[in-house]
Amino acid sequence: MSYLTSDQLLAQLRRQIKEINVYELADQLEKGEVSLIDIRGLDEWDQGHIKGSAHIPRGFLELQIETHVPDRNQPVAVTCAGGVRSLLGARDLETMGYTNVVSVAGGFTGWKNAGHPFVVPRTLSNEQRQRYSRHTVMPEVGEEGQLKLLDARVLLIGAGGLGSPTAIYLAAAGVGHIGIVDFDVVDTSNLQRQIIHTLADVHKPKVESAARAIAQLNPDVEVIGHRTQLTSQNALDIISQYDLVINGSDNFPTRYLVNDACVLLGKTLVDASIFRFEGQVTVFDTVNDGPCYRCLYPDPPPPGEVPSCAEGGVLGVLPGIVGSLEAVEAIKLILGQGEPLIGRLLQYDALDAEFREMKISKNPECPACGTQPTITELIDYHEFCGVPHLEAAVSANGAGERVAA
Amino acid sequence: MATVRIPSPLRRYTNNQSKVEGDGANITELIENLDNQYPGVKSRLCDETGQIKRYVNIFVNGEEIRTLQGSDTTVTESDEVSIIPAMAGGQ
Repeated sequence: MSYLTSDQLLAQLRRQIKEINVYELADQLEKGEVSLIDIRGLDEWDQGHIKGSAHIPRGFLELQIETHVPDRNQPVAVTCAGGVRSLLGARDLETMGYTNVVSVAGGFTGWKNAGHPFVVPRTLSNEQRQRYSRHTVMPEVGEEGQLKLLDARVLLIGAGGLGSPTAIYLAAAGVGHIGIVDFDVVDTSNLQRQIIHTLADVHKPKVESAARAIAQLNPDVEVIGHRTQLTSQNALDIISQYDLVINGSDNFPTRYLVNDACVLLGKTLVDASIFRFEGQVTVFDTVNDGPCYRCLYPDPPPPGEVPSCAEGGVLGVLPGIVGSLEAVEAIKLILGQGEPLIGRLLQYDALDAEFREMKISKNPECPACGTQPTITELIDYHEFCGVPHLEAAVSANGAGERVAA
Repeated sequence: MATVRIPSPLRRYTNNQSKVEGDGANITELIENLDNQYPGVKSRLCDETGQIKRYVNIFVNGEEIRTLQGSDTTVTESDEVSIIPAMAGGQ
């Protein structure tokens, strides 16, 4: 049986495969004529690569090339570190029927030595690659998406029933900066549903208890605690520090306040509410022409007409479902994936075990987000809802501080 | 008879039923019919002038009636009517 040494194989490939040098490559890239595939290993790619190149490690080249280059006649340049592995890669592409394949002589080293620019990507640490591997393996997330999550700044209104599961899942998912507004302390009656708090946290501020739980779960996450009542005076300042707001509040004045502040600041609001065995969730995104809370509910009910969870009760696991739906919507919005619940109200009835979807429309006459808005600054929301002001337990700590856990 | 989905806060009027049948050619008639069957329901849905309250939304097959013909929106036997009131709970 005849055999080839590796030197003989490479010599044979050099006769067979067309090579271009790094100057020719730069020229072709500038003209947008060629798809450049870098077949080095992940660690090599992470240390720097040519801008505009796609990374397919050689072991996956034949399996993934068609996703990157569906057209067999598209010019393809294969590169590696020095121009040897790229010969092998180019041969494999020719075997697959690619008609216009070249290997870059000199590879990335040659490119760098010639003084051509390259990029060093921001990457996950090895620990993060392990922690988020079930995310990054999905094309909808990938390493790029995980970095978006790590960069995201999300504000939770309330660390209670809805806020607990939302905070835990966002933290586990690696949402890097989580703000929490809550002036309350943990009460024993919270523990039936507010799963971020424990018995040891009773009488302690919820923002501190939540921060501690998050720190134990994922040290990647920074928690910014705002131990204050959200008011017309501090809402714009607090909300403006975040990309996205998630509502888990328990009263109408705060719901209208958060809505108006988000409309004024152009922030997307993931909104949900719960009662007994029922929940509703939607996304208010007026920047992208979606409706707002006032389009859905122009006026609040008179005080006392709609019972709160404290009065009417709530199944402990219900906020787990609805708060998790809020977390899903938030993550989709951060990643820019899927169809967010904009203009749709998802209703969940636990007793009937049914989800139903209602269409909600933007009201052109909406005082907050309509064509001629009359709410151009925050108003007195307690007066608007006809309920007395909550003066007690309000601290001055509205600007937010990193909570030590 | 259209199917009407009753939200939790109103179920004390409907013997805790989440789903009831209602008669009527449009939403106004349907609400009258519901109030005959379950006295008190109308006062929770409409104000003194008979207008549907602004913190209550009524949907016919998932479409909000304000985007249809309001209380004149026709209702047929195969329709599903959902009543969704504002809820504040989150904690």
